[in-house]
Amino acid sequence: MDKTPFFHALTLDEDACIGCSHCMKACPTEALRVRNGKAVLYPDRCIDCGNCFKVCPTKAIYIQQDDFDSIFNFNCRVALVPSVFMGQFPNDVTVSRIYQILHEIGFTHVIETEATVPIYTEAKNRYAAEHPDIRPLISTFCPAIVRLIQVKFPGLVENLIPLKAPIDLTAMFIRRKIQKDESYSPDDIGIFYITPCAAKIAAVKSPVGEERSLVDGVINMDSLFNRVFKRIKEQGKGFKEVKLPVSQLSADSVLTSLTNGERRLSNAKHSYSIDEIHNVIEFLEKVENDEIEDVDFLELRACDQSCPGGILTCDNRFLMCERIFARARKVADRERRGEQAKDHEVESERNYLNNNAKVGEINPRSMLVLDEDISQALDKMKRINELRAKLPQKDCGVCGAPTCDALARDIVMNEAKLSDCIFMKQE
Amino acid sequence: MHLEYQVFEADFVNAGAASSAIKKTLKQLNVNPQIVKRVVVALYEAEVNAIAHAYGGMIYADIEADKIIVKVVDKGPGIPDIEWAMQEGNSTASPEVRNMGFGAGMGLPNIRKNVDRLDVQSTVGVGTTVEMEVHF
Repeated sequence: MDKTPFFHALTLDEDACIGCSHCMKACPTEALRVRNGKAVLYPDRCIDCGNCFKVCPTKAIYIQQDDFDSIFNFNCRVALVPSVFMGQFPNDVTVSRIYQILHEIGFTHVIETEATVPIYTEAKNRYAAEHPDIRPLISTFCPAIVRLIQVKFPGLVENLIPLKAPIDLTAMFIRRKIQKDESYSPDDIGIFYITPCAAKIAAVKSPVGEERSLVDGVINMDSLFNRVFKRIKEQGKGFKEVKLPVSQLSADSVLTSLTNGERRLSNAKHSYSIDEIHNVIEFLEKVENDEIEDVDFLELRACDQSCPGGILTCDNRFLMCERIFARARKVADRERRGEQAKDHEVESERNYLNNNAKVGEINPRSMLVLDEDISQALDKMKRINELRAKLPQKDCGVCGAPTCDALARDIVMNEAKLSDCIFMKQE
Repeated sequence: MHLEYQVFEADFVNAGAASSAIKKTLKQLNVNPQIVKRVVVALYEAEVNAIAHAYGGMIYADIEADKIIVKVVDKGPGIPDIEWAMQEGNSTASPEVRNMGFGAGMGLPNIRKNVDRLDVQSTVGVGTTVEMEVHF
């Protein structure tokens, strides 16, 4: 089992934490406790889904990012922007205007993450055809889902499709293209991903199944949104933009980061798209029991409405989905009229990307294991069951654990004591 | 460790509850995920059998350091010819049960595929006991 620690983008500010336990109750993997009046994170359980960030009333949970000015450490500064970013702006702000502003504030190149979706889709479908014995196949598009499966569903790790996600494929593509077309040396090129969530940051900082990430830095979507929107406000209503050539994403690619975005492009006969982490957990329990038959492909996303629901996006997720749909419809119209060729931009590197799309082995890292040794684990479980019978089963959370069962486990693992339970104390 | 679960006739809503509970236990014991999968697939099959084809019953699981033994004891109607029922495609299920997607005759063969030992005892009119053993 993989023992190297996870990098976590979610960080706790002890001074701001008031120990309210909201985060502990919201965590889908029971990775948080309240000890001595402050929230404490169990790093091996956290999957960077960001549910805690959403509910924290004092903003004591924050998300580390690279300083914006760190882009200027590079001569060639690439903004790797997911198309969700464009979905945050009002309809009268065009994609090309956003590209232009990104250039004005310091980037030398702008490319949308979804540029390599056609190759990604092809690689996934090929993997499915080459591995007919592994079903269902599970997409690795959402890094929080990959981590969820590693820690909570170790038996399904082998169902994960071990391929680079579009973020990495596109980083690979743009780096190669710039090196070929322009005179930059590899060290001159800095690729910065604009992230809608914490999980992507964690994936960049400690990639699963990879030695190092292809992305050099991460900028949070909310902070970049502020920079860009400020510029739009300064330019005022009468602003006449100079149309820039923008990367020609296909309608299919524009929609990829939304729920059903991958599923609609999959060759699989029977597939499901499931978003929001609790929905995913409920479904995976059934998949693990083999209760769901004849399913070939699963697109699973940790956030409601997928990436528009990311914790760092700046508008209501349903509004964003509609804007992204509107853009896809426009592109689809152009495609139908023959005004836009589908996906020509990455064609030149198709073979190179295909040959380098695989990631290394993804290992289980179960958070559930009580002890490596089964006899010891059995003994601990016996003690947990004894404690469980004693505890009130009210799951009040006052002890600092999210449930009575979690407290029982913590006691046996020497991380808490029975007297932490307020009901036990009274007796 | 000894675990017990009761299952009720035609309680399809809760089919899989005992399997899930046992799965959760095995995961905490650091049993190899692929072995957990085999146990759960076999057990789910047996659990559904007791719910769909029998009049409910009990599930007893005994977990030791090197193996799990699960006994599913149902309350009838019993299988007249076990050898026949062990073959793929053979089923004693009623048309109603088949309409619900059960009773394809794959149950017992599927259990046998996933366990290291399978023992089926049955008395018509009394009930069936399916005992299975999986080694860790």
